[in-house]
Amino acid sequence: MKITTKLWIGLGVVILLSPLGLLLPEHFKAGAAWGEWGIDEIKKLVGYVPKGLEKLAPLWNAPLPDYAFKGWEGKGLSHLSLAYIISAVVGIAVTVGASLLVGKLLAKKGK
Amino acid sequence: MHIPDGYLGPVTSGFFYVAMLPIWTAAARIVKKALKAKQVPLLAIGAAFSFVIMMFNIPIPGGSTGHAVGGVLAAILLGPWAACIAITVALVVQALLFGDGGITAIGANCFNMAFVLPFVGYYLYKALSHNAPLGSNRRVWAAGVAGYVGLNAAAFLAGVEFGLQPLLHHTADGQALYSPYGLNIAVPAMVGEHLLIFGWVEAIVTALVIKFLQKQAPELLQEGRG
Repeated sequence: MKITTKLWIGLGVVILLSPLGLLLPEHFKAGAAWGEWGIDEIKKLVGYVPKGLEKLAPLWNAPLPDYAFKGWEGKGLSHLSLAYIISAVVGIAVTVGASLLVGKLLAKKGK
Repeated sequence: MHIPDGYLGPVTSGFFYVAMLPIWTAAARIVKKALKAKQVPLLAIGAAFSFVIMMFNIPIPGGSTGHAVGGVLAAILLGPWAACIAITVALVVQALLFGDGGITAIGANCFNMAFVLPFVGYYLYKALSHNAPLGSNRRVWAAGVAGYVGLNAAAFLAGVEFGLQPLLHHTADGQALYSPYGLNIAVPAMVGEHLLIFGWVEAIVTALVIKFLQKQAPELLQEGRG
């Protein structure tokens, strides 16, 4: 088997394991990454919401915010895990597509 | 360490976009010279692995989370410039589709994770594994050390970028306008958690994959890649 085939398979396995990145923090009651707090959290931490931050934070409306579906916020961990895997698949498909495109544009042919 | 929108003021966001432009241009130019058509799938795999590795949030019980980047691994296999492109693609997709990292912070996030991280890691790996046979253990631990140091270098920079904000932008009564913690808090927080926990994950992932490739595809570890 070609090494790239093995690596693609490995990637598939990693995608299936990806909900660990959601479930482990949940289990150990760990919150956001340092410096990636939401508006409410930051208010709790420092007692106010910095004005510029408040204005800029909602700048971008991502289609799959935090690797989840909009409107699934209240759903259980199994739903969120599914959304996480789907997000990984979508994200990797787009990442691979974009890098193949960039690579094709840059790479020398016939070598 | 995906800095969200609103944490960096316009000076910092703008500065890092401007700083990244010549880096992205150089990366495109150098990769154009060195990348062979048959390496393109590896570039895509590198970007994809980096994307998904960053989804593995590791908890500090009761505290924050963090993750590895897989960027040093990409740099060892593709060279630092191609790794810069691969990680940039992953970071842009994360920002646009998943809101992981801000749109305004793409320049800064790419500077930390797509530039400093792979370059520090790559040259450290190169120095530590100099002249070591492809299948040697020295390459495995060189990869681990490079992963650890590369991720921590990026975390340090993110800490500095966060920590400068209250100095650069504040109201007359001293309230921060953007990220609220100064250097004395932001740098130790970012560096501390990466030194203690997340850096080890980057180290282990990098070392294990290099060990796997030594057995499966040692040709990928040959030097002289752009």
